[in-house]
Amino acid sequence: MGKIKVHRATPSLDMTPMVDLAFLLVTFFMLTTTFADTPVVVVDIPKSESEIILPDRDRMIITVAKDGRVFFDMDNQFNRMEMLKNMGEKYGVTFTEQELRAFAVMNEFGVPIRSLPQLLDLHPDERKTVVQNGIPSDSVNNELADWVVYARLTNPSKLRIAVKGDRETNYKVVKQVIETLINRKILRFNLITGLEAEAPKPKS
Amino acid sequence: MAEVSQNSGNEKTGKVRSKKMSTKIDMTPMVDLAFLLLTFFILTTSFNKPTIMELVMPDNTGTTQPVNKDNVLNLVLGENNKLFWFEGLGPGVNETDYSKDGVRKILLSHRQNKNLMVLIKPQDNSKYENIVDVLDEMEITAIQRYAIMEYSTDDKAIVNAAIVNR
Repeated sequence: MGKIKVHRATPSLDMTPMVDLAFLLVTFFMLTTTFADTPVVVVDIPKSESEIILPDRDRMIITVAKDGRVFFDMDNQFNRMEMLKNMGEKYGVTFTEQELRAFAVMNEFGVPIRSLPQLLDLHPDERKTVVQNGIPSDSVNNELADWVVYARLTNPSKLRIAVKGDRETNYKVVKQVIETLINRKILRFNLITGLEAEAPKPKS
Repeated sequence: MAEVSQNSGNEKTGKVRSKKMSTKIDMTPMVDLAFLLLTFFILTTSFNKPTIMELVMPDNTGTTQPVNKDNVLNLVLGENNKLFWFEGLGPGVNETDYSKDGVRKILLSHRQNKNLMVLIKPQDNSKYENIVDVLDEMEITAIQRYAIMEYSTDDKAIVNAAIVNR
């Protein structure tokens, strides 16, 4: 009598739904994540209101850095190897099997083709420390034009060509790249942009 | 007996008691790992994938068609984010900017002209961002006829004359 029974709630709690949800999210993020490769050159892309997403496959990207250096990138390892072989034949540069394989798995590059074997012989970690001076794309020596041509040969019907310029790049260099494309009868291409924020910031 | 006794404790009673194991296992480490992975993937995922703008350029070997100068709106992209515009062959060069109230208003006010042709003329020292902005405005204002053109010496004369007069 008079004894108060303290109702003790069990301190354990059913966490099953939370764990279920956690695993669902883990699965989702694992499947959607694509690991961004460390870029050779950092490019601050301009904003636009376009909503077309850059496709992941069958794309060729010509990057124009802030200082006007031009870089080239294409997906699909087999196509890359074929392209490099053809380019090597044209310029009289022979690539070893190892160099071809190294080229297949690397990202964008920005060196003249004669310096390419040197770059490919380096270990991937060492490669990051090398300053790449850009692919020649002026009217005197336009290697970019040949890269574009041989890249298209490997994937003639589907390859999408995109130009990725830095916001601060001078139009002069971009014009060179665009003219190179036009001269090779590529009249339809894409400019890579980021999605515009809601309120466009005022420009000075 | 042929029975093999499993446990010395059972010998006394002679009963084989199957040992009941708890069906619950401690899932804490697994859940810890799951959350660790979750955090990692949330932090590394980037959702803002780059977008693309379609750009179609004219063939430089094709035939050229003359355009009536009354239908032409010129946009000259200058250095330091400057933007000049004039109709036809000038004079009357005005300066504007890339904002919503700048170039967009000008484009919208010219849009009644059904034959409007916008000529975008970037100077060599203009920034790449400028041209993307202008192309974006074309998309926003739904102007169909525009072209990126060379900034010629004639254009230079028109723009420079206007700047000097000011």
